[in-house]
Amino acid sequence: MGRFLDLEGAAIAGHRPWPRFVVDVEQWRSAAHRLADGACALGGLWADSESVHMALIDAKAGRAVFSLPCPDRRFPSIGQFHPPAIRLERAIADLFGFVADGASDTRPWLDHGRWYLTHPLGQWTQRTAPFEPYRFLPSEGEGLHQIAVGPVHAGIIEPGHFRFTAQGEAVVRLEERLGYTHKGVEWLMAGADLSTAAKLSGRVSGDSTVAYALAFARASEAALGIEVPDRAHWLRALMGELERLANHIGDIGAICNDASFALIHAHCGILREKILRAADFCFGHRLMRDCIVSGGVAVDLPGDGRARLLALLEELRPYFARIVDLYDNTASLQDRTVGTGILRPELAERFGAGGFVGRASGRAFDARRSLAYPPYDVLAFDVPVLHEGDVNARVWIRIREVEQSLSLVRQILERAPEGSLCAERPHAAGGEGVALVEGFRGDVLVWLRLDGDGRVARCHLRDPSWFQWPLLEIAIEGNIVADFPLCNKSFNCSYSGHDL
Amino acid sequence: MRRLFLESIARAPLPEKLPPPDAELVALAAELDAAARRKLGRSLSIRHVDAGSCNGCELETHALQNAFYDLERIGLRFVASPRHADVLLVTGPVTRNMREALERTWQATPDPKWVVAAGDCAIDGGLFVRSYAVSGGVEAVIPVDLRIRGCPPRPMDLLSGLMALLQAPRATKHDGRP
Repeated sequence: MGRFLDLEGAAIAGHRPWPRFVVDVEQWRSAAHRLADGACALGGLWADSESVHMALIDAKAGRAVFSLPCPDRRFPSIGQFHPPAIRLERAIADLFGFVADGASDTRPWLDHGRWYLTHPLGQWTQRTAPFEPYRFLPSEGEGLHQIAVGPVHAGIIEPGHFRFTAQGEAVVRLEERLGYTHKGVEWLMAGADLSTAAKLSGRVSGDSTVAYALAFARASEAALGIEVPDRAHWLRALMGELERLANHIGDIGAICNDASFALIHAHCGILREKILRAADFCFGHRLMRDCIVSGGVAVDLPGDGRARLLALLEELRPYFARIVDLYDNTASLQDRTVGTGILRPELAERFGAGGFVGRASGRAFDARRSLAYPPYDVLAFDVPVLHEGDVNARVWIRIREVEQSLSLVRQILERAPEGSLCAERPHAAGGEGVALVEGFRGDVLVWLRLDGDGRVARCHLRDPSWFQWPLLEIAIEGNIVADFPLCNKSFNCSYSGHDL
Repeated sequence: MRRLFLESIARAPLPEKLPPPDAELVALAAELDAAARRKLGRSLSIRHVDAGSCNGCELETHALQNAFYDLERIGLRFVASPRHADVLLVTGPVTRNMREALERTWQATPDPKWVVAAGDCAIDGGLFVRSYAVSGGVEAVIPVDLRIRGCPPRPMDLLSGLMALLQAPRATKHDGRP
């Protein structure tokens, strides 16, 4: 038997690095109550052919996976006690056909009735029954009207549908409908060899390709017991920080643009481009795609890469400081961002919201600090936290994180050890591994089971957006419709990462 | 703010010159005006449609609008509605959940119109082509005039591809349903 908090279960051998416990229905329910009490956060909820699994994360007790066998394809709903699980359960129902007993919302989520089969990852069958039209939640009252937006939006962004109910200018309710970019990644993962699976994981959410590749690599290394060479850890962190810098700076500009302040957008666009060009110079790809592999990294920093990045830092720091100065001293811009789209800290905590969304609303979780995976265990950095939870706070968290990342890149360039880039991959061996990695948007979870041939038996990838999208619905309430783009951009959830 | 403005005016402009291999592009640019006018007057309006992309192609499409690539200087611009567009720039494998939206966007675009499949996934479905959730490349759903490779394509590749479109023979006029 093993324990996590006051929860017990039978410990499974060969699941690394966190313990995995097989639990019975009662223990599963008590875990749901612990989540509802706020004793720990939900890290993920997914299924495989015979069980449902749930990752639990606690600041002090650490992390664990609970698995409930469900041979009759039913399990007690977590979502009935703990709302962050609701959409995950709807996705499980669509993909596996498992029924969450007691669930209040049983509408499909990823399945829009367009696939030729049902339950593609479970016991699939040819689709025969006609698909019922999606029922949006009702809003009733005097003078309400609806605005339907998407899936094709007006800008260069991903597809999703937003159903606003407004009274005059004010949003009374926003309901999101997602799943449009569902590509069946987890189905494609099953049976894939490690290198194909790594490529797939790097294409779950393009803006976080480094974070996903890292999470997948770390999960596979945990499953196979691979010891990654030191230099690879440092180069991975270097790529991760460059990805964070490019995204944060690009998004700060885009948020200002959504408040019609184009000047900052133009300058942030220049900075972002300079970062991507430096990344391209150093690693051969602007987004650093497919540079992280299971066991290490595929590319080394070239001889003149260090000088190029140091020059980039030299240029970036004062340039960015002046942009921040401009943001801080433009009252008309602050007028749009301060007090807009407020996410209350208790909700960020309850949903386990990661990234800048959580940290702008008081949740001080950063996987680089809380899990301290190498090389972050020996690097000096702050995890900025604010409590206001508005668009302005999310901008400031990103500004502070840019400053931290600039410092991290410098530390990495100064201290990265020499050595080999990639460990030998052991011959065919099975195992289970899990990893949690801090991408720019928040914590990415990858859970992986390898079969005896070293192929993927089951891989689940959980984007931070799963726990951020629902909060956007709440944050927009009472704001004017015209502020939605601003709020949405300040959250910047991933559609593709969520839809898989 | 004033300082930023003044310095920007004093500084050399950022937009990339279009030299080799962009030399080709310079030649194209010289002919651009005539070609574009012949077809559509002074410019082409582009409507982007994400048909299921991982968002990597969107990032690089965005980059076309930054000061280095500055798409608008050559008469190409992004518009908010397919009804204003001459060109659909489609990214991603076409997911089954997005197929109808893509078809309807195409139908909403007035003739003459051109379709660009941008990125490996849009060309043939890429890594996702086997999936139950994917219809295939853009060609599986609507006719395609131009393909731009890359995962994602670099902004320069997108730029030269779009300029090549302006040079294409004008035989490609689509109407009717896919």
